[in-house]
Amino acid sequence: MSAARKEIGPPVIELGTIGWLRKNLFSNWYNSLLTIFGLYLLYILIPPLVNWIFLDANFVGSTRDDCSNEGACWIFIQQNIKLIFYGLYPTEELWRINLVYLILLISGVYLLIPNLRHKGWVGAFLLIIFPIICVVMLSGGFGLEAVETRLWGGLFLTLVIAGVGIVLSLPIGVMLALGRRSKLPVVSLLCTIFIEIWRGVPLITVLFMASNMFPLFMPEGVNFDKLIRALIGVMFFSAAYLAEVVRGGLQAMPKGQYEASQAVGLTYWRMMALVILPQSLKMVIPAIIGSFIAIFKDTTLVLVIGLFDFLGIIQFVGTNPDWLGFSHEGYVFAAAVFWVFCYAMSWYSQRLEKKLDTGR
Amino acid sequence: MSSELMIEMKNVHKWFGELHVLNDINLEINKGEKIVICGPSGSGKSTLIRCINRLEEHQRGNIIVEGTELTNDSRSIERIRGEVGMVFQQFNLFPHLSILDNCSLAPIWVRKLPKSEAKDKAMEYLKRVQIDDQAHKYPAQLSGGQQQRAAIARALCMEPRIMLFDEPTSALDPEMIKEVLDVMVGLAQGGMTMIVVTHEMGFAKEVADTIIFMDEGQIVEAKNPKDFFDNPESERTKTFLSQIL
Repeated sequence: MSAARKEIGPPVIELGTIGWLRKNLFSNWYNSLLTIFGLYLLYILIPPLVNWIFLDANFVGSTRDDCSNEGACWIFIQQNIKLIFYGLYPTEELWRINLVYLILLISGVYLLIPNLRHKGWVGAFLLIIFPIICVVMLSGGFGLEAVETRLWGGLFLTLVIAGVGIVLSLPIGVMLALGRRSKLPVVSLLCTIFIEIWRGVPLITVLFMASNMFPLFMPEGVNFDKLIRALIGVMFFSAAYLAEVVRGGLQAMPKGQYEASQAVGLTYWRMMALVILPQSLKMVIPAIIGSFIAIFKDTTLVLVIGLFDFLGIIQFVGTNPDWLGFSHEGYVFAAAVFWVFCYAMSWYSQRLEKKLDTGR
Repeated sequence: MSSELMIEMKNVHKWFGELHVLNDINLEINKGEKIVICGPSGSGKSTLIRCINRLEEHQRGNIIVEGTELTNDSRSIERIRGEVGMVFQQFNLFPHLSILDNCSLAPIWVRKLPKSEAKDKAMEYLKRVQIDDQAHKYPAQLSGGQQQRAAIARALCMEPRIMLFDEPTSALDPEMIKEVLDVMVGLAQGGMTMIVVTHEMGFAKEVADTIIFMDEGQIVEAKNPKDFFDNPESERTKTFLSQIL
C-alpha cells in the first residue's frame, strides 16, 4: 500500500497575530498576568512623559517667562545652547570647532558607506592627518588665534576627552596585553604592574592626581596644561581596562593558530598583526565597545578637577539665577544626548561584528 | 649516488618536565626521501617532527636542516621555517581569511612576493589540490577534506624543500581521507622530501622509503616497507602491527 504523503501545515493556533500573542504573551496564567501588569505600567508612565516632553512643553521663546510650567521648558536648553555645546570657546572662533566636526562627519560617513574606493586613504587621513588638524584648529597656531583649554567646555570638551581617550587607549591596551603575555619576564612583569595599578585606582583619584598632585612633582615653572594631564589619565585608565579585555581575546585563540603562523615563517609581530589580533579583537568587539561606552560616560568625572564637560556645564547653567529650577530639563537633555552617542557606538559594533563574521 | 642530506638529527633528547619524550634520536633524511613515522600515541612521533621546524625546542643534541643548525638564533629558525612546510591534524587554517588569502599570506609577508604574483601562485597550487573553485570561500564553509587540502596548498605556496605532515588524516571523516592521501601521493611522486606521521599503513606501503616505528621516545625500528611489515624485529613493533592491521 502506498500512502501518499499528505502535506500538513503547522497547527492553526500557532499562526498569525493571535498565535503569536498566545505563544509569547499569554501562554499561561502567570504570563498573562505579567503581560497585563506590564501594559498597565506603560499606561501610567508613557502618557505623562510624552505630555511633559512634547505636548505640554514650550519650545519657542527667549526667557523663562515664556514657559507655561505645565511641561518641559526647552527654551532653557535653547537659550544656553552655545554654552552647552561649546563651553566658553570664543563665539567668533566657533567655526573652527564646526569645521573639525564637519571633516569628521564627512570622512566618517564615507567610511560607513559600503564598497567605496580609497577607504584606506580616508582611514589613514583620519588617524594621522586629522589629529594634527584638530590640534591646530582647536588650540590655535599658524595664524589662528590661540584658545586656551580652560575655555573649552560642554559637549565639545566631552568629545575631545572621550575621543582622545578611546583612540589612543586601544593601541596602548593592545600593547599592554601583548606585553603581559610576553615570554620575557621583565616585560610581562612591568605590563602586569602597570595594568593592575591603573585598574586598582578609581578614575576620580586618577584625575585628582593628574590635576593636583602631578604639578607638585614637577620642577617650578614647568606647567603642563590641565586638560592634557586629564587626557593622559583617562587614556591610561582606559588602556588598562582594554588590555585585560584584549588579553581575554588572546587567550581564547587556539594554539594551532600560533603554530600554523610560525610554521609558514611569520615573525612574532607579523603573526600578531596578521593572524592573531584580527581574530582575537573580533572576538572581543562587544567588550571593547563596552569599555569605550564606559569611558565616554566616565568623562563626566572631569568636573571634579574643574573642567566643564557636557554634563558639568548643564549643571552649571542650571545655577544661573535667570534659569533656576530647570534642572530636570537639563538632565533629560543630557541623558538623551549621551544615549545617542552610546547607542551609536553600540550600533556600530553590531554592524562591525556582522561584517567581520566569517564563521568559525 | 648523489644523495643530498636534508635533515640530520644527532643524539636529540627532549623532556616535557620529567617526561623523556625524545630519547636519543638519530636520523638522516636525504633529498626526495619519504619517511613515515608510526607508533602508539604518546610515543613522541609528533614531537619529533615538530622539533624539525622549532615548534618544539630540543634540549640536547643537534638538528641540522639543509646545513643550518637549529639554535636559539631567530634567523636560523626563520630560515629553516621558510624551507619546511607543515600540515597539521586540525588543519589550522586562518578562519578570518579566505582560502586564497590563507595561501598568499606568507608568500606576501615572508617571501615578499608582489600581491598579484602571490595570488597567481596560490591559485596554481589550489588547482593542484583541486579546490581552486573554493578559493574565495572562508575555511568554515569547506568540508574537512577540502580544508586539509587547502592547508597543504598553503604550505606548498612557500615552495618548501621539505614537508612535514602531523597526522593529516586523523581528524577527517572516513570518506574524505582518500582525497587528502591522493594529494600526498601526488606530492611524493613529484619528488618532495616528506616526513609523515600517520597510521595509514596503505599510504606507508605505497609511498614510504623508510617506515620508522617509535615507542616511548625512541626509534625502535626503521626499515623499508617490505621488511617492516614482513619481518619486524622487535616485539613492540609486532604487537603494534597486530593491533592496527
